[in-house]
Amino acid sequence: MEFAELIKTPRADNVALHRPFHAAVEGTLCLTGHHLIFSSRRRDNAEELWLLHSNIDSIDKRFVGSLGTIVIKCKDLRIIQLDIPGMEECLNIASSIEALSTLDSVTLMYPFFYRPMFEVLEDGWSSFLLEQEFELLSSVTNEWRLSCVNKDFSVCPSYPAVVIVPKSVDDEALRKVALFRHGGRFPVLSYYHRKNGMAMLRSSQPLTGTNGRRCKEDEKLINATLRSGRRGFVIDTRPLNVAQQARAKGGGFEQEVHYPQWRRIHKYIERFNILQESFIKLVEACNDQSHNMDRWLSKLEASNWLTHIKELLTAACLAAQCIDREGASVLVHGSEGTDSTLQVTSLAQIILDPRCRTIRGFQALVVREWLQAGHPFQQRCAQSAYSNSKQKWEAPVFLLFLECVWQIHRQFPCSFEFNEQFLILLFEHAYASQFGTFLGNNENERAKLKLPQKTMSLWSWVNRPEELSRFQNPLYEANSLVIWPSVAPQSLQLWEGVFLRWNRPSKFLEEAEEERINIIKYNKELQAKVNALRQQLAEMEAGEEGQEN
Amino acid sequence: VENVRLLDRLSSRRAVLGTLYLTATHVIFVENGSETRKETWVLHSQISSIEKQATTATGCPLLIRCKNFQVIQLVIPQERDCHDIYISLIRLARPVKYEELYCFSFNPKLDKEEREQGWKLVDLNEEYNRMGVPNTYWQISDVNRDYGVCDSYPTEVYVPKSANAHIIVGSSKFRSRRRFPALSYYCKGNNASICRSSQPLSGFSARCLEDEQMLQAIRKANPGSDFVYVVDTRPKLNAMANRAAGKGYENEDNYSNIKFQFIGIENIHVMRNSLQKMLEVCELKSPSMSDFLWGLENSGWLKHIKAIMDAGIFIAKAVAEEGVSVLVHCSDGWDRTAQVCSVASLLLDPYYRTMKGFMVLIEKDWVSFGHKFNHRYGNLDGDPKEISPVIDQFIECVWQLMEQFPCAFEFNERFLIHIQHHIYSCQFGNFLCNSQKERRELKIKERTYSLWAHLWKNRADYVNPLYRSDNSQTQGTLHPQIAPCNFLYKFWSGMYNRFEKGLHPRQSVTDYLMAVKEETQQLEEELEVLQERLANLQKSQSGDNKVKSKQQDRSKQFGLYTSNNSLANTPQEYSNDLKSFPSRSPSQGDEEDSALILTQDNLKSSDPDLSANSDQESGVEDLSCRSPSGGGCLPSEDSGKDSDEAVFLAG
Repeated sequence: MEFAELIKTPRADNVALHRPFHAAVEGTLCLTGHHLIFSSRRRDNAEELWLLHSNIDSIDKRFVGSLGTIVIKCKDLRIIQLDIPGMEECLNIASSIEALSTLDSVTLMYPFFYRPMFEVLEDGWSSFLLEQEFELLSSVTNEWRLSCVNKDFSVCPSYPAVVIVPKSVDDEALRKVALFRHGGRFPVLSYYHRKNGMAMLRSSQPLTGTNGRRCKEDEKLINATLRSGRRGFVIDTRPLNVAQQARAKGGGFEQEVHYPQWRRIHKYIERFNILQESFIKLVEACNDQSHNMDRWLSKLEASNWLTHIKELLTAACLAAQCIDREGASVLVHGSEGTDSTLQVTSLAQIILDPRCRTIRGFQALVVREWLQAGHPFQQRCAQSAYSNSKQKWEAPVFLLFLECVWQIHRQFPCSFEFNEQFLILLFEHAYASQFGTFLGNNENERAKLKLPQKTMSLWSWVNRPEELSRFQNPLYEANSLVIWPSVAPQSLQLWEGVFLRWNRPSKFLEEAEEERINIIKYNKELQAKVNALRQQLAEMEAGEEGQEN
Repeated sequence: VENVRLLDRLSSRRAVLGTLYLTATHVIFVENGSETRKETWVLHSQISSIEKQATTATGCPLLIRCKNFQVIQLVIPQERDCHDIYISLIRLARPVKYEELYCFSFNPKLDKEEREQGWKLVDLNEEYNRMGVPNTYWQISDVNRDYGVCDSYPTEVYVPKSANAHIIVGSSKFRSRRRFPALSYYCKGNNASICRSSQPLSGFSARCLEDEQMLQAIRKANPGSDFVYVVDTRPKLNAMANRAAGKGYENEDNYSNIKFQFIGIENIHVMRNSLQKMLEVCELKSPSMSDFLWGLENSGWLKHIKAIMDAGIFIAKAVAEEGVSVLVHCSDGWDRTAQVCSVASLLLDPYYRTMKGFMVLIEKDWVSFGHKFNHRYGNLDGDPKEISPVIDQFIECVWQLMEQFPCAFEFNERFLIHIQHHIYSCQFGNFLCNSQKERRELKIKERTYSLWAHLWKNRADYVNPLYRSDNSQTQGTLHPQIAPCNFLYKFWSGMYNRFEKGLHPRQSVTDYLMAVKEETQQLEEELEVLQERLANLQKSQSGDNKVKSKQQDRSKQFGLYTSNNSLANTPQEYSNDLKSFPSRSPSQGDEEDSALILTQDNLKSSDPDLSANSDQESGVEDLSCRSPSGGGCLPSEDSGKDSDEAVFLAG
């Protein structure tokens, strides 16, 4: 297919661009295969807008006489308006944008066409291999092993080719366990707590069905993570009645009789369609320009968004508490083990593991717990909050995770190496990107699409020093402790950086950030100067003494 | 009373055993056992209500709610003791005479001269001069010299030059409580002004020539504009109801060249109930998110804050952008009028966003113009219906602005919190009584100390590290957004859940930056010393002069400070399920972490009654997430505390 076929009017002049907090700009609009480009003709300070078609969530068009207006709502929640003279041009442009922003083939997406203008210092596709992770683990314990049982993705299509499992369980047993777990997602190691040797495992629900089927190998596998005489916790992200109902469809939960050493806790986390609704409502509230305070608060409340945040953080804190405070191993799962499970295991690691609060460590966490663990990004992030079409698989699961990280970040502003911008960056790229990182639903699909060969990794770009510096938190001081956030409603706030990003004047907040950076920078410079001088003095004085003697 | 238990509101499991003392001025709870002997001090004047609850098996619970939003829950073993304490506190918390208040016994060990100096720190004459009056349009009037015209006004007020004594007195007779229009803020740049008064006694048809002349005079004092805004800050319905009582609002037909405008801010009774409702929400035990948000909405608190802010924004816009003068009033012109005038001034003039300027602003719009501090904040036992969080709302407006304009204010959140605390504490004389007249009669300045001097002395604690005087936000007028989705009004947990430290961010960016800045300053000094030494050394070497430079022992290793980033951090009750599970004793874990507590638990040590309540158990408290090993960056806790406690005992 040629993109040119879809572009009936590649260029329109005298187009006016309207954005909140910016004066309207007049200029030329161009459409290319992957971008909508707007450039003002002013010579002094050419205003330009490059928008990926894949970032466009929905468009509305209306006409007043022959002046057409297109309102473009983006997946990053921004809304822009274009006034295009000429009805035909406007209709053409609108239909082109519509077609180009809803391409159904992955291989037509921009990452397959994008040619980076920067030098790749490190290929992000091989920056975070599970083998490296395992090497680190092996230096503190020998109770685990790497298994390649899934090397051709046949045991579990949504798992990566290699996984970490207890050493005492062989591949044959893993195959059997896979048959006993939904989608073949047998329990694997998610996190090892060095402080006390406790482990966090994740999986999908066991397929006990109505007749209480059991699987000896499954029991053996998870028991292998317990210290003798100790018990563990299963954190089920569904309420008990939902877990019980799941049995009718062949699913279920770990029954006490067969897992006597495990105690089950149900911590309900909403399913994806509910989350998507909540997301849509919240964004609608945030775009309501009414001046009425009551209306704003009741819309915020009705969206339930912050309720989900609170539930999710609570579940993650509970998992962390079991591991760190109770000294117990934990198994986390919901139904499929690809959404709420990953939210809980990854947030628990943010709380427990200082490494995950560094830039590199956080990237590794996203790769390990989301990309390799098979969170279906392509399904979940196909549409954002403005989409009109009711599709089944969309859900802001990853965004909720990022927001929870932000909430913890807000409570511990000096304990994270990255800043809020880094979280926002990940949100944007999960929904629309020039990089291939978030394409596909799991490692299996990524391998088939040959993404590492055909596209650029987000990490290759982000980890270049000049980019990295934009995402550094100036206040960071490594904090080796477990950080326990407060989950009280008073402690949780709306993530303005995402939801009010385009609706608030950003100038003053940017100035504040600049000031913070300057204060720290100046301090560091002085330190360096003082140290240098001190050393110089010491040398000179030592020299003098030498002469004297 | 011994063996009293102090309960932790966040977690029912945590309670500490200790001894309760009642003194003439404070309730003091001293913890048993622990090495630090943690103490909780509460001033009697801070107590807003005491509730005795039904006796249980463990004892008799006593709930003390404070005006600074602290809630203390005690369990006293003996019912009789509890009753005695209850009766005594009721009496102690409601003094009937000013002389009983703490400020008359409080003695910070300053000599007479220092005290007088303290009262001179904020000088309103100087302030009016700074604004640019008197000038061709405005003059000081001595018509109220011995409070003859209006007993709730100051003796010196600024009025338009063309308004003679006859007009002023005439106008005053036509205004509630004789509070005639007087200058609150003058804008040097364009001659526009903000004036304030009470409502006119217009009833359904009454007129007053002098009052009309007065408004005319205000208009003439701003030659660039051909009308004046008259802003009535009440809801229209309330203002109309007042007409039946012979009061009301200005009729546009009678006054030439005015534009009349209602801005609906509710009255003190609505505000009191709203705060009450919001505090109930804050007190909920483990509320769900929707309980909380629903309760917040239902309380209407943020709506009221927004209404006050909107009024201030309207006036600031009229003055700055349209160049039009504004006359503001409500009913009596001492509550809503004070709020709105001060918010508008703060938006208009960067001076009021400095520490000193903010003190001046409160002194000008609140203290001097007869805001009824005693009635509103219940310093003396009085009518509970007079109590209302009027200035609390203004202080919150300032905080909301600080959140939107992080670099615009010279002071930080702590400054606001401490001012709020002292409005109720009665430790300083500034906010006593209902008017200047009463304060003069009581000889406040001779008998008590000024809060402003106290705050000024400790100003290093109140600095906003992000403030930079050349920043775009610190120049000129602030233009806040109006819609809630553009200007996010937030719940201020730092104020209303101030004592539940567990709810607050565990690391404070402000404190961190303050520490860094202080260290930077020390580095600058050291750099200078080092450069000098280097220069000397080079000179001496070149001249082959073997005078050894004195080996200064700089023990402070600035470059190599270790970050004491320890967070005494304990998890909340994330689940009830865990309790029933046999596990290691939870205290084991707690101890583990408390060993890491760096008890640098307050930067606020300058205020004894504030810091004495530092509660490590309820959360995490190492406010300074960084303290250079060189030390000296933060006020040393011990010394700070000791000296302040000494002050207490002396008092």
